[in-house]
Amino acid sequence: MAYERSDSPGADGGDALALKILVAGGFGVGKTTLVGAVSEIRPLRTEERLSRAGELVDDTGGVDRKTTTTVAMDFGRITIRAGLSLYLFGTPGQDRFWFLWDELSQGALGAVVLADTRRLEDCFPAVDYFEHRKIPFVVAVNCFEGARSYGARDVSRALDLDRGTPVVLCDARDRDSGKEVLIRVVEHAGRMHTARLLDTVG
Amino acid sequence: MTVDSTGGTTGGGPPAPGSQWYDADAGPLVRPYAMTGGRTRPGPSNVRFDLIALVVVDDDPPGPDEEAVLGPEHRALLSLCRAETQSVAELAADADLPVGVVRVLLGDLLESGFVRVSRPVPPAQLPDERILREVIDGLRAL
Ligand SMILES: Nc1nc2c(ncn2[C@@H]2O[C@H](COP(=O)(O)OP(=O)(O)OP(=O)(O)O)[C@@H](O)[C@H]2O)c(=O)[nH]1
Ligand SMILES: [Mg+2]
Repeated sequence: MAYERSDSPGADGGDALALKILVAGGFGVGKTTLVGAVSEIRPLRTEERLSRAGELVDDTGGVDRKTTTTVAMDFGRITIRAGLSLYLFGTPGQDRFWFLWDELSQGALGAVVLADTRRLEDCFPAVDYFEHRKIPFVVAVNCFEGARSYGARDVSRALDLDRGTPVVLCDARDRDSGKEVLIRVVEHAGRMHTARLLDTVG
Repeated sequence: MTVDSTGGTTGGGPPAPGSQWYDADAGPLVRPYAMTGGRTRPGPSNVRFDLIALVVVDDDPPGPDEEAVLGPEHRALLSLCRAETQSVAELAADADLPVGVVRVLLGDLLESGFVRVSRPVPPAQLPDERILREVIDGLRAL
């Protein structure tokens, strides 16, 4: 196998286990609100070399300068028990920071794609991203007041989701609602993992 | 000795012997990478720590003399690690430093034997059903 166990006795980090769930979605859809509702949220700064990020938007002719740009993301931790924590990362909304997603999604247990039915198309890129990388995700429809309410099935159809990708209605401000969303992610990740194991065996 | 009580270098004199992370010849550097000596990548071992890699203090760390020459940011990280096993992301948030800087500083601490860094469990082997059950129950109980 190509991977190493990191939780074998005596190995670095002892038995501590860290799991990662991403929270993605369009601009202003409630990512920060959701992470804050279920965990103690903290801003996390990453400094990215402008040349690297800038390559995507503007070719500066390969001038290697030391300028960096700050990308902020939401970050929260939920301690399940000593040695088992769940880490939440709210992905930056702007398209030019897609390259950060690659790093964030590596080793992720799963993801939440937050959607607002008034502008459903805003979550298309996130849905595509996780589908292509086979990262288990659920779509959580953040029910803003004033938005017409749609059923989970309508949303699933509108997004052309694979069967089996859960759609949940939620209120990102509500802790219990947020917890339910995360539980659905973990359950879904478990199911996908089992299915893959069966695939390799069969 | 140009290292003051907080571990920062004082005055404009030459760096203290052994203070391998501050180079007077480095020239004007733009923060935040000033504290890493301008480096944007970790040292020779060249590991890129995952955001959720866990950092623990080494059971057999170098002596107080070696610790005394650490820069203030290195020490700040070290004391955070001593308080609790933490992820790279948490260390960055707590120390209020960008992740890139924390990666470089941790690379130094790893190389000099102050800390150990765990590889996060790859997702391929991750969802052990028992663990996932535990996570779900834990979330319910929050
Ligand atoms: N009514 C209502 N307002 C919400 C809900 N969720 C979030 N909001 C509000 O919507 C606004 C945007 O929410 P954020 O959590 O900042 O959204 P975000 O996705 O982090 O936004 P960006 O990081 O800018 O992309 C805030 O003013 C929230 O208070 C919700 O479920 N209902
Ligand atoms: Mg936000």
